[in-house]
Amino acid sequence: MSNDSRLDLAKKLVLALEKNNESDANSILDEISSHRETEIFHEVGRITRQLHDTMNKMGLDEERLSDMTKNDIPDAKERLQYVMSMTEQAANQTLNVVEELLPISKELNDQSDNLSEKWERFLDKEMPFEEFKGMAAELTKHFQNSKGSLKQVQEGLNDILMAQGFQDITGQIIKKVINLVQDVETNMVELVRITGAKGSVSKPEINTVLPGPVVPGVDDKAGDVANSQDDVDDLLSSLGF
Amino acid sequence: MKILVVDDFSTMRRIVKNLLRDLGFTNTVEADDGKTALPILEAGGIDFLVTDWNMPGMTGIDLLKAVRANPDLVDLPVLMVTAEAKKEQIIMAAQAGVNGYVIKPFTAGTLKEKIEKIFERIDG
Repeated sequence: MSNDSRLDLAKKLVLALEKNNESDANSILDEISSHRETEIFHEVGRITRQLHDTMNKMGLDEERLSDMTKNDIPDAKERLQYVMSMTEQAANQTLNVVEELLPISKELNDQSDNLSEKWERFLDKEMPFEEFKGMAAELTKHFQNSKGSLKQVQEGLNDILMAQGFQDITGQIIKKVINLVQDVETNMVELVRITGAKGSVSKPEINTVLPGPVVPGVDDKAGDVANSQDDVDDLLSSLGF
Repeated sequence: MKILVVDDFSTMRRIVKNLLRDLGFTNTVEADDGKTALPILEAGGIDFLVTDWNMPGMTGIDLLKAVRANPDLVDLPVLMVTAEAKKEQIIMAAQAGVNGYVIKPFTAGTLKEKIEKIFERIDG
């Protein structure tokens, strides 16, 4: 809007106000503000256009960005969920076998202990014949038992072996997610640079989010974490534990 | 000796349970966070509490504070087994009245040592 037309409108407004002509004054004010709004609208349009052009010049792909937000990130969440369920499954599979095998190995161990003690007495010629007959029967039973039990142990160990396959698969999935995070990071940094966003990014507070497991080389840089059980013990004993 | 094991990951509960059984403690109960653990503790009969820190619902540190605030449970031995390793957190747990603190990942030996130490102190 030119200077003259603005001056003209201002004069008309003063006149209307002096005459107490409420409706004229209002319509003049509306006219002025509508001009102003149009200007702002144009300005926003111009900035948007500029941002779009700059992004294109910088090789930032808007479609890629929106694709990342719409598809890749939800997709990554699902992938990580899958990693969690796979690791849980593998851990359960392993624990199942361990729980099944521990009593078997304990039973074999007890039998061996019992028999070796008897065998010693037999070698020292301290065993009456009647007891020897009993021991021979026990030995036969132990051998038969061992055969079946050790076969079970072997099968179980094989199951544990196979359960470790999760490492390969989850590793590949996590690698993909890491790539996505890198992609997002690069685009975000570029976007922040272009839009010239300033101001500090606030850090999350410790009481709202627990820091969780220490990732070596990432979380232990500030020296405020215990790197081993010894560190914990030292700290606690310094507190009088 | 009845032991309550509190952790939101069932695999970790199983590992702790198996280790405890190996140490001769066969009577164990499980809970998946502080909220479910507290009623079990309040019902009585638990002699020892092993708890994680970071759990949804109610965290281990809040559970510990609730235990110490309850006159019936004030002397219950509590062992914290957690991945939280910040020094200020360890100090926070000590101030809240924890009896032992084990960081994950841990070994069977460490768990055994800490449990034995706690009982030594109680008996002594």
